[in-house]
Amino acid sequence: MNMLGGDPLLSGQIDLAVVLIVLLKVVAVFAFLLVATMLMIWFERKVVSDFQNRVGPNTAGPFGILQTLADGIKFFFKEDLIPDRAERRVFILAPLLTVVPAFLLFTIVPFGGDFSNGHDGSVELFGHTTYLQLADPAIGILFALAMSSIAVYGVMLAGWSSGSKYPLLGSVRASAQMVSYEAALGLSVCAVVLTTGTLSTHGIVVAQAGSGWGGFIPHWNLIATGFVPFVVFLLASQAELNRPPFDLVEAEQELVGSYHTEYSSIRFALFFVAEFMNSVTMAAIIVTLFLGGPAGPALLGPGWLWGIIWFLLKMTAFLFLFVWVRSTLPRVRYDQLMDLGWKVLIPLSLGWLLLLATFWVARDQHWNGFVTVGLGAVVGLTGYGLLKGAIATSKARRLEGVVD
Amino acid sequence: METVVFIVSALIVLAGGLGVVSSRNPVHAALSLIATLFGIAVLFLNLGAQLLAVVQVIVYTGAIVVLILFVMMLLGVDREEDLETEPLVGQRLLAGLIGLLFLGAVLAVIVIGREAIVTGTQSVTGAISPTISNISQIGTALFTTYVFALEITAGLLTIAVVGAVVLSRRPNDLAPIPEPESMINMGDEPLTAIPEEGAH
Repeated sequence: MNMLGGDPLLSGQIDLAVVLIVLLKVVAVFAFLLVATMLMIWFERKVVSDFQNRVGPNTAGPFGILQTLADGIKFFFKEDLIPDRAERRVFILAPLLTVVPAFLLFTIVPFGGDFSNGHDGSVELFGHTTYLQLADPAIGILFALAMSSIAVYGVMLAGWSSGSKYPLLGSVRASAQMVSYEAALGLSVCAVVLTTGTLSTHGIVVAQAGSGWGGFIPHWNLIATGFVPFVVFLLASQAELNRPPFDLVEAEQELVGSYHTEYSSIRFALFFVAEFMNSVTMAAIIVTLFLGGPAGPALLGPGWLWGIIWFLLKMTAFLFLFVWVRSTLPRVRYDQLMDLGWKVLIPLSLGWLLLLATFWVARDQHWNGFVTVGLGAVVGLTGYGLLKGAIATSKARRLEGVVD
Repeated sequence: METVVFIVSALIVLAGGLGVVSSRNPVHAALSLIATLFGIAVLFLNLGAQLLAVVQVIVYTGAIVVLILFVMMLLGVDREEDLETEPLVGQRLLAGLIGLLFLGAVLAVIVIGREAIVTGTQSVTGAISPTISNISQIGTALFTTYVFALEITAGLLTIAVVGAVVLSRRPNDLAPIPEPESMINMGDEPLTAIPEEGAH
């Protein structure tokens, strides 16, 4: 059990209760994700409508909340088309390759538990102590990076196997974009891991719990890592999710429907669901990494319930932010997207990571903190100046026509 | 449990490997390669090497094969290939013979060695110390014992990146390389057609 990266508290004797707990958690996480995705699609449509001064879905159920369900049922009954020139097996495989990593990503997210007053978030279930998260492997957050790097395959193969021009162009764009932004994403996760000293998501949440600085400013990594990794992660995650303003992949004016142009029926629905599921999971991961996950004060009643409430509140705030950004900002140009990724986010997060590392070394060695960090900042700024100079020179030479 | 996981993932690894060499379509071959790499990641997990497993997935499956596929799609080299022709004559026969020889050698070791082949020493990929986590052990080893090798590798990678950038820029003020003499005065046929008189 331990070998599979399961709950470390379950190692030792495994009885029926343990198996039941794991099964219960799997079902709970699965159901939560599906319901959350359904609500997220409704929420996004509703909020975007509000931003655009229209009503949005309002017929199915109260406030149109069942609209997604109705759409899903409709998709099931649509004809399933496979284009003549499609690569059949890969065409069928691609939507599944998109959905499975989307589900797996959520397994490492701690979604509840009492972290107030020095509790470690464990709960009692059928006489066993366990965490409110499906799995807490030692590699924790690396698993999330692995899953998000696998998610590229679904998009890529869908575009390729359709046997048509626009999907192929869309999938080439998508894979270039996702591969570029993964580096920035990974580097900002590094900053969090460096600060908390653990890869396990549960450990990261525990490190952020407690009453915090001055008794009221929470101990969140958002502050402990100095805002920059958070901003980089937020931007890179939007690009990784192919959400507006980075939705070059699905630029309808240029690429029709991009990689899922040729898909119909339930296969299209799978892509659609995976996209929104990834948004939900990414919000959950941001909350875990930077905002203390389920950690928060327990006001009245059972503490574990407050964990879930805090987690959901924080997650909803981020989901609202995603929709807000989507309905406010226009889409960026492709060269702007690549410039932002390679020339701003990656150097910035790398520089910040080095600065953070310097800070921690200075603390360990009892050096003068101000001098060390100041010196580090000077070195960082020099590096930034050099990079700027190099970019300016190469641009000038390109304009002169010396190199292409 | 461990044996079952081993058998299943070993079968996936083998099937993937066979798929790589026997697929007619390069993209299918790349997909089989992914299956193989995943199987290896599961084998690592089975040995308790979680970090190696996840690094295997991130680096090989998530980066290298993605780049291979990307290049294949961009260059459009995803045509079906003819597997009937042998680029090197006798290549397949030799490969089969060497494979059999290798299998024979492994079997011979098992048969001759009998009980002695189970040495009881720990696997190389397993944890050295059960109390300290894999990740901190690897980190400590990398940044103390093997720090020189690590730095040299980092330097090598930087050189490779700079080299790729230098090679990929095309200065366009260079004069085109002239055709060799032997190609120009080959015979009475000029390379470019001489305009006929009064053609304008």
